[in-house]
Amino acid sequence: MKRVARTLTAIFTLGWALLLAAADMDYGLAPEQIAPDTWVLTGRSEDFSTQNGGNIVNTAFVVTSAGVLVIDSGPSRAYGEQLRRAIARVTDKPVVMVVDTHHHPDHFLGNQAFPKETLAALPGTIHGIHTEGGNLNENMYRLTGDWMAGTEPVAPARQLAAGPLQLGDHRFELLALDGHTEADLAILDRQTGVLFAGDLVFNNRAPTTPHARLDAWNAALAKLEALPFTRLVPGHGPVSTDGAPIRQTRAWLAWLDETLRQSAEEGLDMTEVLALPLPAGFRRLAVSEAEYRRSVGQLYPAYEQRALARDGKAAR
Amino acid sequence: MKLLHALAAGAFAAVCTLAHPASPAPQADPLESPRWGDMRREFFPAKARVRFDSRVKVTAPLTAENALNVPVSVDAGELSDVREVVVFADFNPIVKIVRFEPTGAHPALGFRIKLQQSSPVRAAVRTGDGSWHVGGTWVNTAGGGCTLPSAGSASPEWQKRLGEVSSRVWARKEGGERIRLRVIHPEDTGLAAGVPAFFIQDLRLTDEAGQPLMHIEGFEPLSENPVFTVDIPAARAAAGYRVSGRDNNGNTISAAIEK
Repeated sequence: MKRVARTLTAIFTLGWALLLAAADMDYGLAPEQIAPDTWVLTGRSEDFSTQNGGNIVNTAFVVTSAGVLVIDSGPSRAYGEQLRRAIARVTDKPVVMVVDTHHHPDHFLGNQAFPKETLAALPGTIHGIHTEGGNLNENMYRLTGDWMAGTEPVAPARQLAAGPLQLGDHRFELLALDGHTEADLAILDRQTGVLFAGDLVFNNRAPTTPHARLDAWNAALAKLEALPFTRLVPGHGPVSTDGAPIRQTRAWLAWLDETLRQSAEEGLDMTEVLALPLPAGFRRLAVSEAEYRRSVGQLYPAYEQRALARDGKAAR
Repeated sequence: MKLLHALAAGAFAAVCTLAHPASPAPQADPLESPRWGDMRREFFPAKARVRFDSRVKVTAPLTAENALNVPVSVDAGELSDVREVVVFADFNPIVKIVRFEPTGAHPALGFRIKLQQSSPVRAAVRTGDGSWHVGGTWVNTAGGGCTLPSAGSASPEWQKRLGEVSSRVWARKEGGERIRLRVIHPEDTGLAAGVPAFFIQDLRLTDEAGQPLMHIEGFEPLSENPVFTVDIPAARAAAGYRVSGRDNNGNTISAAIEK
């Protein structure tokens, strides 16, 4: 009997060991140097899934003489920890600041892996993490599963404002914009000419719009386009050497705006708008079909209300 | 081992026999929902003729972006002599969503619903011969749509605008007209703690002479500030329309729909 019990215990332990080994999930983060002192970790142009663990986002870091600036911490605690190890393979300088460009889950849920005093963001982003972080985190568990183990939302305490930011030998320009969310931070490194655009810019991947205001987003894109950058790091999709991703993002948003406005004006039901075909030029973009449908769900009710209100006489 | 196999095979055979009695096999649910048996018993008399029918079109997104506002269109235009349509979602805590009688309008309706979890959304259409035709589609959702309080219940704004109707009429390329209307109403399900059920129960759409076009009986899962799409065939198009109705607290809704 004792032997049976011991065998069972051994099998049980082995089973758990195997499970835990499988749960130690590796994002395979490989920083790529795109400019002096500057590395980017490019995510996949996909939806969140249990395969990619939420690694659909670009994160980046800049090694200054005063320490490392991290731009976005990734979709999970595990990502944040692996990002820290990836940075340590490049430099022995400490991380002095981690900036969350906005409050979407794939950009800030790695915050836990970094010292709390290094975390910083725009006030609107901090507010967004406080009010929506819990729900966004839960949703990521649902979409990506075990990769999220132990992840909790952590809001930065340090508030950033528009203007110059000197870190050692690098002078950064912080741009407090909005339109993709209530608060979108873009960062221009004056030393290298690299522009970190956050999710104001998508490249060959359809933009997401859960908190979007399209007019403000367009205004933000115009400001970014006027900046003297030589490298553009979008929030999603490959790094670019010119402003093409800005124009692509603007074209998608303009088409979306016009499609929804016209559909509402023509009296289309939301199910009919969902069934509209995408123009061939946009079908090339990764996850364009899925993002279009999500955007209709998020944005169409407001267009509908405007179209109905125009002739809506509250006769009684 | 052989004995085990024999036992398993025996048990399997017994289960299969129980599951398929000798009487004529009922049509299999094309949506393969384990709740279909319950739905069959709940919505139709035992002797009613009920068949799955691809002519009943239920259109909804495969994945709903917002569980509080899932767009659904039902179109039974391929069937003749449609008397009533009942729309329900197998896995919703409140299964019944809306029932409508196209008394002059095209036998179709566009609306929005709240879903608590992924579920088939079905429309059962009763035709003049008394038989029921059932169509449907699966909608996947993150859920939570029915147990959340409405945005309206947290804001005093709706009290001033309760029952307010905004609407518009379009000429359709196919002929006839389309009416879209939105009613300000919180549409609370009663499943959110401390927020009682409060929803539109009855809406009647008529032409300006009062001739009936569509009767809509609403239930809790209709979305907050519901939006409806109704198509009017050319023969019944009118210079103007009216909508009237009430909610479960007796508040009345009444508005002219002008072009």
